[in-house]
Amino acid sequence: MSKIKDRFKDMTDTNLLLTITIVVFFLMYIGAVIFQGKGFLKPQTFFNILNANAALIILSCGMSIVMITGGIDISVGGVTALISMSCAVYLDYKGGNVGVSLLIALMIGVAYGLVQGFLVAYLDIQPFIVSLAGMFFARGMTTIVNTNPFNVENPAFVALKETRIVVPGMGSYNKLGKYVDAYVEIGVIVAIIVVILMFCVLRWTKLGRSFYAVGGNKQSALMLGINVKRTKFLSHLICSTLAGIGGYVYFLHVGSGAVTHAQGAEMNAIASSIIGGTMLTGGVGNIIGTFFGVLSLSTIQNIVSSAGLDQAWWTGITIAAMLCIFLVIQSVVMARKKSSVKK
Amino acid sequence: MKKSVFFALIISFAILLSGCGSYSSGQNTDMDVQDEDKDLIVIGFSQVGAESDWRKANTESMLSTFTREKGYDLIYEDAQQKQQNQITAIRTFIQREVDYIVLAPVTEDGWDTVLGEAHDAGIPVIIVDRQVAVNDNDLFTCWVGSDFELEGRKACEWLRSYCDAHGIEQNDINIVDIQGTEGSSAQLGRTKGLNDAVRSNGWNLLDVRPGEYTQAKGREATAYLLQLHPDINVVYCENDNEAFGAIEAIEAAGKSVGTNIEAGQIMVLSFDGVSDLAVDYCKNGSISCIGECNPLHGPRVERIIENLEAGIVPEKFEYVDEAILSGDDTITNISLDGVTYSVELLER
Repeated sequence: MSKIKDRFKDMTDTNLLLTITIVVFFLMYIGAVIFQGKGFLKPQTFFNILNANAALIILSCGMSIVMITGGIDISVGGVTALISMSCAVYLDYKGGNVGVSLLIALMIGVAYGLVQGFLVAYLDIQPFIVSLAGMFFARGMTTIVNTNPFNVENPAFVALKETRIVVPGMGSYNKLGKYVDAYVEIGVIVAIIVVILMFCVLRWTKLGRSFYAVGGNKQSALMLGINVKRTKFLSHLICSTLAGIGGYVYFLHVGSGAVTHAQGAEMNAIASSIIGGTMLTGGVGNIIGTFFGVLSLSTIQNIVSSAGLDQAWWTGITIAAMLCIFLVIQSVVMARKKSSVKK
Repeated sequence: MKKSVFFALIISFAILLSGCGSYSSGQNTDMDVQDEDKDLIVIGFSQVGAESDWRKANTESMLSTFTREKGYDLIYEDAQQKQQNQITAIRTFIQREVDYIVLAPVTEDGWDTVLGEAHDAGIPVIIVDRQVAVNDNDLFTCWVGSDFELEGRKACEWLRSYCDAHGIEQNDINIVDIQGTEGSSAQLGRTKGLNDAVRSNGWNLLDVRPGEYTQAKGREATAYLLQLHPDINVVYCENDNEAFGAIEAIEAAGKSVGTNIEAGQIMVLSFDGVSDLAVDYCKNGSISCIGECNPLHGPRVERIIENLEAGIVPEKFEYVDEAILSGDDTITNISLDGVTYSVELLER
């Protein structure tokens, strides 16, 4: 027992929160498999969760980085909608090609990052306000680009959207006794690459460590010789660039442009980051945690709807409850830190 | 220090317990289903949302038809106007291996992939209300819904007959169209019905404004049009809520609504006839004529499912028989394409 206690004590906040997130996710999933059976036993259920949330995973990675640095970016949902609509209009009305549409998505993301990063880091404006303006701008622009929702029919794009990567050995038999292969969409591969890449950046690069330093204590970071402004700027640049990539993955998943796309995605990204152990106060967080945060969030949604709690608000309520619990855990962890400092 | 660690442990236990609690309650209901009524027919129903009286009545009809007492287990998913939510819902239904999927699609396009998945899984899909445009019609079992164009044509035919009966010149009809949500099947059909009638009867279609199926927009559009065109004598509203708004606007402009257009009254035509208010308005003559759009798809879908259970292949496209309502007794019958439809008279 004392050994376990020591283990807990020696853990950093980041690792402790990460452990809790992963444990809760697995317990939740195992619970779902045991008690709701059927659907959750099929690997495809898990892959469907990944397919539907690949974009959210990417957005949340960016969000976590900004949050670790002590900022926030609520424009990512708007950027996603803007990208979907711009690419959709470009592909269908202008007869464009898929490669250029991807470039458009990236450019929108990078442009957002440059502007917002500059405003936040060098003009010292609150990131919340900057990205709030960014969100309104993106939503407004989306409406200007096109008001009516429509499905993209560009053949090359549709082919890409329909591309499925078969996961060997994970298929299942359906009601007719036919074997159906398990699959993931391209977006999932992109998301996994992003997660690994961002994990490496945060863990092993100087830039990654300075995100933590700036978020943990700006003054100390400054004294350590870290360029705080540049670090903040880069965190926003990375976040918005990931929003560009995530926006395209989202577009690839839904295959349509609509003003209402990705509504509340920024809030889901923040929620996922928090569930994944990233603290709003900065300095604490982990990309792997964020990944599991997204999975937990969507698994609970899946559980709620398969449990027959069909009304839309039930999902909202469960997510709220879950967030609440994780915020309590965080404050407990913070309390632990303070008391250990006292000692 | 010790205290806080214990606190953390207690909190995490609390989470686990609360988690287990909710699962086990889920489990109980599931077990009940399995133990008591193994033969329940499981139906997944993906609805567009709850945007209008019509839609709410439609949902209510489904929920009240497919009850446990009758041997059904209905899983209802509200898509909040988003196709993506409907696609997710259908995938969930497929995972849960439901027996039937009922889909009220929000749009016509973009269903090929997910309906293909349902088809591969051997689950029959019944489409209600709006149609789907898929490359292969085998992807869904059948469709049941309204013929919106016919609704429009019926209302127009009623107007034409009324004018004939009262000796009103067709050329004197000055009509404005308060349209529904642009691009929806109902808007397209009802607008087409009107446009064809305008062309063949020689009516004057003065103007067209969007009303988005809401009372507020209907009022706004009508008020604007009354100022622009003082000689309007017929307002064609594409649903009841728009008609309520139009009536408000007409009365606010100091004019009166009714069938007596020779005496300067303005005639309001409307569609749906779902809410009591609409029926009341029709009874007292505020709305001259309503092209009914029946939302009660529950029993129809039930009949289709009963047929499928018995191995009978249903008709691919089933149009719902719909009445035409009026509080005025001048016209008792209208005929279109050789088919006679009797006008349902609402007692004043």
